[in-house]
Amino acid sequence: MMETKAEVRETKGLDYERMRAKYLRKGMWPTIFCTGCGHGSVLDYTFWALEDLGLNMDKVVFVSGIGCSSRLPGYIEADGLHTTHGRSIAFASGIKTMNPELTVIVFTGDGDCSGIGGNHFLHGVRRNIDITVIAINNFIYGMTGGQLAPTTPRGAITTTTPYGNVENPFNMAEIAMAAGGSYVARWTVSHPYQPIKSIKDGIIKKGFAFIEMLSPCPTAYGRRNKLGEVQQLWNWYDDNTIPKEDYDKIMKFGTPQEQEAVSDKITVGVLQNIEKPEFTTEYKKMLDRVMKAKEK
Amino acid sequence: MEYGRVDLNLVKKVLGPKTQFEIGDMACVYGALLAGCKFFAGYPITPASELAEGAARLLPRVGGTYIQMEDEIASIAAAIGASWTGERAMTGTSGPGFSLMQENIGYAAMTETPVVIIDIQRTGPSTGQPTQGAQGDMMQAKWGSHGDYEIIALAPSSCQECLDMTIMAFNLAEKYRNPVLVMGDGEIGHLRERIVIPDKVDLTFRTLTDLPREQYIPFVPSKVNPGSKVPDFAPFGSGSHSYITGLTHNEKGFPSTDKQPDHDRLVRRIMEKITDDAEKLVKVEEYMMEDADIAVICYGATARPAQTAVEDARRLGIKVGMVRLLIAWPFPYSYFAKLSERVKKVLVPEMNMGQMVHPIREALDSKVKVYPMNKIGGETHLPVDILKGIKEVV
Amino acid sequence: MAIKVETEWCKGCGVCIDCCPVAALVLSKEMNKKGYFPPEMKPNNKCNDCRLCELICPDLAIGVIKEEDQKGKDGAQKAAEISDSGGQCD
Repeated sequence: MMETKAEVRETKGLDYERMRAKYLRKGMWPTIFCTGCGHGSVLDYTFWALEDLGLNMDKVVFVSGIGCSSRLPGYIEADGLHTTHGRSIAFASGIKTMNPELTVIVFTGDGDCSGIGGNHFLHGVRRNIDITVIAINNFIYGMTGGQLAPTTPRGAITTTTPYGNVENPFNMAEIAMAAGGSYVARWTVSHPYQPIKSIKDGIIKKGFAFIEMLSPCPTAYGRRNKLGEVQQLWNWYDDNTIPKEDYDKIMKFGTPQEQEAVSDKITVGVLQNIEKPEFTTEYKKMLDRVMKAKEK
Repeated sequence: MEYGRVDLNLVKKVLGPKTQFEIGDMACVYGALLAGCKFFAGYPITPASELAEGAARLLPRVGGTYIQMEDEIASIAAAIGASWTGERAMTGTSGPGFSLMQENIGYAAMTETPVVIIDIQRTGPSTGQPTQGAQGDMMQAKWGSHGDYEIIALAPSSCQECLDMTIMAFNLAEKYRNPVLVMGDGEIGHLRERIVIPDKVDLTFRTLTDLPREQYIPFVPSKVNPGSKVPDFAPFGSGSHSYITGLTHNEKGFPSTDKQPDHDRLVRRIMEKITDDAEKLVKVEEYMMEDADIAVICYGATARPAQTAVEDARRLGIKVGMVRLLIAWPFPYSYFAKLSERVKKVLVPEMNMGQMVHPIREALDSKVKVYPMNKIGGETHLPVDILKGIKEVV
Repeated sequence: MAIKVETEWCKGCGVCIDCCPVAALVLSKEMNKKGYFPPEMKPNNKCNDCRLCELICPDLAIGVIKEEDQKGKDGAQKAAEISDSGGQCD
């Protein structure tokens, strides 16, 4: 079921001070992120989703790889495993299969997930293991200063494509869909309510939930590509994304000019939401069967 | 919640008859189950695939988890993740996979994660001879990952030792909160021998903290065992809200990459927690060494022909004995320092181009003549080869 | 309604000012220690407690509070409990 319309949301949950007291890891704030970086917003949306779900934070584990997005677990008052570049989904798989009662949330980036982590990304999706992966895509390797990433648009200037990128970029959400992702969504950081709902739905979903969060990086990406002003860059995300429903409608019923106007835009929304057997559930069924057979 | 529980009766029931005729790889799996291992993440590679197959067949029958990952890097990653939930975890591979795992082995050392890695060595470099045993990863075992850390590596010489040393590996991994290696090889791994399942096993489990979250500091020396540099462990899900990172971190686990004293304190502690126990970790077996002038130093597969060669040499009146390393790393420097006063010459047969011969030379400090005997190509030394070598140095 | 601004956490991105649907926020004239100008409420503002600024702020440096809470425990003290040297960079 696709949902792209924002819900008119009751502001429930905790107030500002109590949210911070509950979710922020003492001694680690303020964050290292740059002015206008969207990572902190993703963090806040995650807190609101968790608060809405009412999960016991003692049983939530955050796993990350290497990169700016992978620094998020350090800021959260919960168990966190900050691992090696690209491998967070593999570490998370070990945690979840060994203790399926834990809620496992992965923070990763575009390079961490679809570059070095590509193989683990594919197999996590394929295995449909019950973890929630929030991949923050800022189209660049930000932490190391702004090198080409698998998601960097054609023509973009980065420190390793100083004359313009000649490669074709990945569409991470589409890869997740093609690999059979049971829940695949993509949002921008510029609108809070949809990501909060998706993160919630992803956590609830019994299966691999992949949420791509398009996020601005003024320092590494924006600055080199004439989008260095924070407002300008955040607006770019609004101007260049389109809800999937709208995109589909225009492609079906729109005029050639309308279709041309949206053809380059990135679709956002809940892009895929299907039911399929989940790894830890299936494994437990197999385990029960094997242990019972022994007793005979 | 009870962590690290082992139902030994169930394990023994699943393993079957007390005496069996099994290959080394399977004996490792038996040892893992007896040690309370509940998790194996693996990937097929000759000659270690039987580790994965055995684990896949036996672990579910004791309620454990086998998961086949997409590559060796994911295998060690998943094992480390599983260990953080408070259960014993392992992986197994051969040379090429071992090379891939190095980054995460360093991560396990830096984060003080107990984990066991079995390397059934095969001929290298590169793809080499997949079905043939070798001892070419011994140096990689010690220095494989970047940076400074300690490793413990055991070298089984028989299928029984594959079983016993895997149990020992888990105990050491849990005691020191460190990755521990079992350096098998294709010869022993695929050799079929009589193994005996022990009636009793002495198991160590990581020391868990008894402090509430507000007082628990993840990376200080143990409060439960004063004097131990190994921090008390808090599994994920136990409410400690620990932050575990491979970055240089302070005692709270917070990244502190710009502070030289923090890094110095951390790395020295994670190394000293093992090197302080160097004497306890000396495990060397002597055979016919009482009055020997010459010693044949070996480990793993080379011990088999070496023993025969030593017996043959003794019959010829040569005063030679065998010294076998059971724990190869940390290297038993103190043992060799004493040995240098007892013998005049040592032979070091290895199935590589000379690896353990280096710390052996270093430890003997030019007091003893060292004669390496390197055989590569996937065949063990024959007893006659070693006997010839002994005769030549007399 | 009032807002609380964690002035030392603010990095001056201006996203809160931009996203406020009733344009209730404006840059203040007092620089924080890092050299940024945090936001403040305009005098005659129409803040309706939508909490959008609070949700979207990448530094969790702004939040809506009840008027009475503003006069309560010193916010700087609360923030100090969470702040420390902050995270370190690679």
